[in-house]
Amino acid sequence: MPSLGTSFGRGGATTFQQDLQNSDCIVIMGSNMAENHPVGFQWVMEARERGAKVIHVDPRFTRTSAMATKHVGIRAGSDIAFLGGIANYLLQNDLYFREYVEKYTNAPVIIDEHFADTEAGDGIFSGWDPEAGRYDIESWRYEGMEVHGAAGQRGEGFEPSGEQSGHGAAGGGLQHGEPPAEDPELQHPRCVFQILKRHYQRYTPEFVAETCGCSVDDFVEVCETLAANSGRERTSAFCYAVGWTQHTVGVQTIRTAAIVQQLLGNIGRPGGGIMALRGHASIQGSTDIPTLFNILPGYLPMPHTLSYHKLKNFIDSNTSPTGWWGEFKSYWVSLMKAYFGENATEENDWLFDELPRIDSDNSAYFTVRQMLEGNVKGYIIAGENPAVGHANGKAHRLGLAKLDWLVVRDIVEIESASFWYDSPEVESGELKPEEIATEIFFLPAAAHTEKDGSFTNTQRLLQWHWQAVEPKEDCRSELWFYFHLGRLIKQKLEDSEEERDTLIKALRWEYPTHSAVQEPDAEAVLQEVNGWEIESGKFLSGYPELKDDGSTLCGCWIYSGCFADGINQTARKKPHWEQESYVAPEWAWAWPANRRIIYNRASADPDGNPWSERKRYVWWDGSEGKWTGLDVPDFKEDKEPHYVPPDDAKAEDAIAGAHPFVMQADGRSWLYVPQGLEDGPLPTHYEPHESPFDNPLYSQRANPRRQQNKDLAEDPYNPVADEPGAELYPYVVTTYRLTEHHTAGGMTRSVPYLAELQPAMFCEVHPDLAREVGLEHGGWATIYTTRSAIEARVLVTERVRPLTMKDGRTVHQIGLPYHWGKRGLITGDSANDLAHMALDPNVHIQEVKAFTCGIRPGRRPRGPELPRFVAELRDQAHSRREQEPRAEPEEVRDTTP
Amino acid sequence: MNGPLGALMEPTGVPAGWEAYGDGKKERVGFFTDTSVCIGCKACEVACKEWNVIPEDGRVWTGESYDHTSQLDANSWRHVAFVEQRKPLFANGDSAELDVDTGGDGGTGLRWLMESDVCKHCTHAACLDVCPTGSLFRTEFGTVVVQQDICNGCGYCVPACPFGVLDKRHLAATTDPPPAFLGRKEDGRVWKCTLCYDRLKGGHEPACAKACPTKSIQFGPLEELRERADARLAKLDAEGWNGPRLYGRDPDDGVGGFGAFFLLLDEPEVYGLPPDPVVTTRDLPEMWTNMLAAAGALLAGVTALTLLGGRR
Amino acid sequence: MLMELAKLLESWPALRQLREGDPLGLGKAVQSPRSESLVPRIDEAEHVVHSVCPYCAVGCGQLVYVSGGDVTHIEGDPASPISRGRLCPKGQASKSFVQSPLREYKVKYRRPYGTRWEELSLDDAMEMIAERIIRTRARTWRKRTEGGAPANRTMAIGNLGGATLDNEENYLIKKLMTGLGIVQVENQARI
Repeated sequence: MPSLGTSFGRGGATTFQQDLQNSDCIVIMGSNMAENHPVGFQWVMEARERGAKVIHVDPRFTRTSAMATKHVGIRAGSDIAFLGGIANYLLQNDLYFREYVEKYTNAPVIIDEHFADTEAGDGIFSGWDPEAGRYDIESWRYEGMEVHGAAGQRGEGFEPSGEQSGHGAAGGGLQHGEPPAEDPELQHPRCVFQILKRHYQRYTPEFVAETCGCSVDDFVEVCETLAANSGRERTSAFCYAVGWTQHTVGVQTIRTAAIVQQLLGNIGRPGGGIMALRGHASIQGSTDIPTLFNILPGYLPMPHTLSYHKLKNFIDSNTSPTGWWGEFKSYWVSLMKAYFGENATEENDWLFDELPRIDSDNSAYFTVRQMLEGNVKGYIIAGENPAVGHANGKAHRLGLAKLDWLVVRDIVEIESASFWYDSPEVESGELKPEEIATEIFFLPAAAHTEKDGSFTNTQRLLQWHWQAVEPKEDCRSELWFYFHLGRLIKQKLEDSEEERDTLIKALRWEYPTHSAVQEPDAEAVLQEVNGWEIESGKFLSGYPELKDDGSTLCGCWIYSGCFADGINQTARKKPHWEQESYVAPEWAWAWPANRRIIYNRASADPDGNPWSERKRYVWWDGSEGKWTGLDVPDFKEDKEPHYVPPDDAKAEDAIAGAHPFVMQADGRSWLYVPQGLEDGPLPTHYEPHESPFDNPLYSQRANPRRQQNKDLAEDPYNPVADEPGAELYPYVVTTYRLTEHHTAGGMTRSVPYLAELQPAMFCEVHPDLAREVGLEHGGWATIYTTRSAIEARVLVTERVRPLTMKDGRTVHQIGLPYHWGKRGLITGDSANDLAHMALDPNVHIQEVKAFTCGIRPGRRPRGPELPRFVAELRDQAHSRREQEPRAEPEEVRDTTP
Repeated sequence: MNGPLGALMEPTGVPAGWEAYGDGKKERVGFFTDTSVCIGCKACEVACKEWNVIPEDGRVWTGESYDHTSQLDANSWRHVAFVEQRKPLFANGDSAELDVDTGGDGGTGLRWLMESDVCKHCTHAACLDVCPTGSLFRTEFGTVVVQQDICNGCGYCVPACPFGVLDKRHLAATTDPPPAFLGRKEDGRVWKCTLCYDRLKGGHEPACAKACPTKSIQFGPLEELRERADARLAKLDAEGWNGPRLYGRDPDDGVGGFGAFFLLLDEPEVYGLPPDPVVTTRDLPEMWTNMLAAAGALLAGVTALTLLGGRR
Repeated sequence: MLMELAKLLESWPALRQLREGDPLGLGKAVQSPRSESLVPRIDEAEHVVHSVCPYCAVGCGQLVYVSGGDVTHIEGDPASPISRGRLCPKGQASKSFVQSPLREYKVKYRRPYGTRWEELSLDDAMEMIAERIIRTRARTWRKRTEGGAPANRTMAIGNLGGATLDNEENYLIKKLMTGLGIVQVENQARI
């Protein structure tokens, strides 16, 4: 997530799960940690046993709430209001960690005089281009700073954002480590601190209570608890998951938490940090070594169609003069050497001109649109189930039915493979097998026990798993599939003279294989990821050894060191009881450089001493002249705390000894993000794309920059707020997982012992709502949106409370787990069929944690009656809206993708 | 009363049949299930099933909160109960550590109790007393186990258990014929928690305790667990928790104390547990005595009648 | 004769109960030979492999026990500083997952407009998929965008998946797709 990246420098959890035991207060928000990360939750329980406060802020009372010392129920989608309220409370009551804020954050930096806040623009920052539907970010910059980026790039409508910007690849635009204009006293009206203070001044406890539906007392208690448990002697941690990310303001929600944690001085310190809890075994790994359209391994940007026409421009635009991104060219060239070997040379610009180019959005939801429009012909799905797991499942299934060919690789026959004969659309007659032209290959996959390889877990830790048994019959690993697929294609194109085949022919594609099925050697791939010196073949010990002249090869610079000394460091399994501290650095390997808490120089004060004995972690050892402590220092080992960079210093040398955030151009964490985000330098409360409310702050209701599919028939939207027709979809709905299942269910609905633990799709509703609508506990309910309708068993429970909002208005929330589909030992309707495909503009993530719906008792209509039912309500809603269109400026401002 | 009948009549705190192991006797072990840290994840249920290769127990959505297992039976040897309550987690009162007046859910004071239930491995186990085949027996670890190579499915033990733990296995029609690993003798036998007898023999802790993410299920020597539980209760009391109590810890209770006991946060009934369980064979010796007396009286009566009749 | 009688007497439960100090036959006296000789199957495993749970991103350590070429049990790896040997219900069900009754072991093929799955050899499937990629790519290749900017790509092929896969697998996916000019590479990290 670029939220952590833009704030701190790297898009990964800042801490590790075991360190939660050292927290004095843990706020779990946007996460149901006890249910979805039960084993990681043991560290929260350890903290609770030691007397820590555990606060759970969530729309529902979950198994996490049951373990918390405090649960605060809020309206789904109101997180920024709550967190912004905390920031305001800390600022207004002088409860922030003054020295940390002054020295380690960009609070003193003065911002360009042309910058205008949302408070001035009724919910819009300066630089908004209503025609293009995007921001020109020039006015967001530090005062006196040159706009970073190569000449000619600007005005072409592309700014680095998303994952690659999240890692500072966009640089800070600084020419040396210190921003040009600062006010160390934090008094200048245009310094970040004052801008921040003004931005959140209306987020009072009363505002929070009215917007989130909690009580003033509960909110204030959370603020006071956090403040009391932060500072020199104490630290607090935040844990979040997709409850924060899956919104049209997902990135900005996490950004708000980053602001709170900076104000409290909790980053880089034991018991502090922001713990991003990811949901799949290697989801962190799949962004580090991405299967994402816009980045290459190590968050290097993909070349873009709208810029970077030449290598020099590309390198210049991505090289930050200061910080570790100053070595961008070394990372790039080493990757090209890993990809193309001797075919990539200085003379041919390391094949830059041959590389494919991306557009601003070629994400999964873009591809679905393209499928529906008939532009995508072939699709390979490996270990994912979009027919159930993605928002608006129907659009996905209809899209798959328009392909020429489809490859699905999984352990079981998932819904994405069976949609052509077993799907809601086949049931309704909207799809008929004999009319679907898609050629489908289902290839059985190998399980984790049947292959070697590494997963990168939620704390950036690469852990090797060894093969235990041979895969049976046709089951193969993805390593096998993609290696042999590439081998076959290269073989077939060997003699091609076509220009388009230059790159694939140049691809280095030789990996040793073993066993009867010719399984590629996973360690050989990991070695390439780690990299080596080409001439000597010596494995690199880390990214500082990378060269920009083509003499080193490295498949992922941030992972360099995972095979240091020719040893698979990710396979280290030294038991924790044999290690000196709880940090257990000899268990597996964490990026970067095996650090477990990153930015840990911040665990010491500016002079290099621990902030307190209680919270010592990494400190400056004056007698030895180096940084030392429990972890690998996230700082140049011998850089003194009082080091001041000379004016001509470059890259890492330009970072001062007192500035812990070494990836950032100015060495500080960013309260205010001048560059790298699509939708603003500061998080602002916007309503979800679909919500029953107007924005209490601005006439701009929802994120103006969010991506919508206004012209896509398959993705209609519910009327919102006081629009006529909204009354047909009056409830807030939120989707989630249960402990007993995993995501779209392919890995759990197929397992007997798990299937029986949560055997059916259900909805959670409050007794008041049940009474209001006539729902019967244990009976059935039909839940509907303008996209679809599903049925679920009714679980009436007080754990999903109605909330009292502004003007005493009550809002009901409905909870829906999303694990079910048509296949498996247990079947049921898919909650995601109800969801829309409006997206966060930074990372193109869908908003399934807060949208609106209607509910009525009984089972849903069957067969062709189902789409008819949905369409009738939708037509009714939309015609009501059209008769009485809403007069608000948003429509003008809204963007289309 | 001394002798074997005495052991039944007067609980001694020592499990009957255990002393006989002599040198082979191991320290008595058990479970302490601390519900104050149970997150209701059901890892225990699955770990038990995986280890003991237990058949599925039906895919029935019950509507009982998140509990779709419903009870302990032949095919579920761990069962996590879920209780949704309008009661705060912390009682009103003084507390040194935690905010007492703002329980789990601020104003509403909601709490969600979760408890992993299991066979209690009673010190005085009626199931064992009534088993006519010697299938149910006391192991060298002081636990109570059904020996599947002996059980003939007579079912005497089923009503004898005050907790309803013992149950005959009737495989669903879908698994007919039963899977090979279950063997031919499968149907109709009684199955329950063995406290992972085979794992204990290998020096491993039971599967459920090993899996438990928050160590709500603790395994160990019973004496040590009792001490741990006492300390835990004292801590929770000091922190102002609402209603913590130990259940089955006391060797003087109706079953001589549980080998697998609990820390609960409410009355046992709330979790579906009997408040004051008594070994159902408690009165057996007395019954025998009464029966003998009655038989004697009957005999005397008959004799008398015969004599009288003879006189007639 | 006498010996046999003695043996018979010895096996008489009542006598055994008395002799073994277990007069009610509640313990040792009734312990069956099977009970006496029980060995946990993890102690009989041919080998044990260190693994990592395939579900969420906590990254719990697993020990995979193998006998006769099959997984016989999976439980937590106590050595892991993250999980300390513990597993959630999903992780604990990993063996049932890899041995799911619904698991597919053979390639399945559905021809255009087909109404059923058909059999296909893995080799043929690989050949056919490679051919499809080459053909689609050739037909839809764009050297430049409509605006004339360099593109070097096909927008007609996509690849989805990665969050449940190994780093090494993802590495090969991105490398191959980039080499082929396939830019629509995505995974659940967004989902």
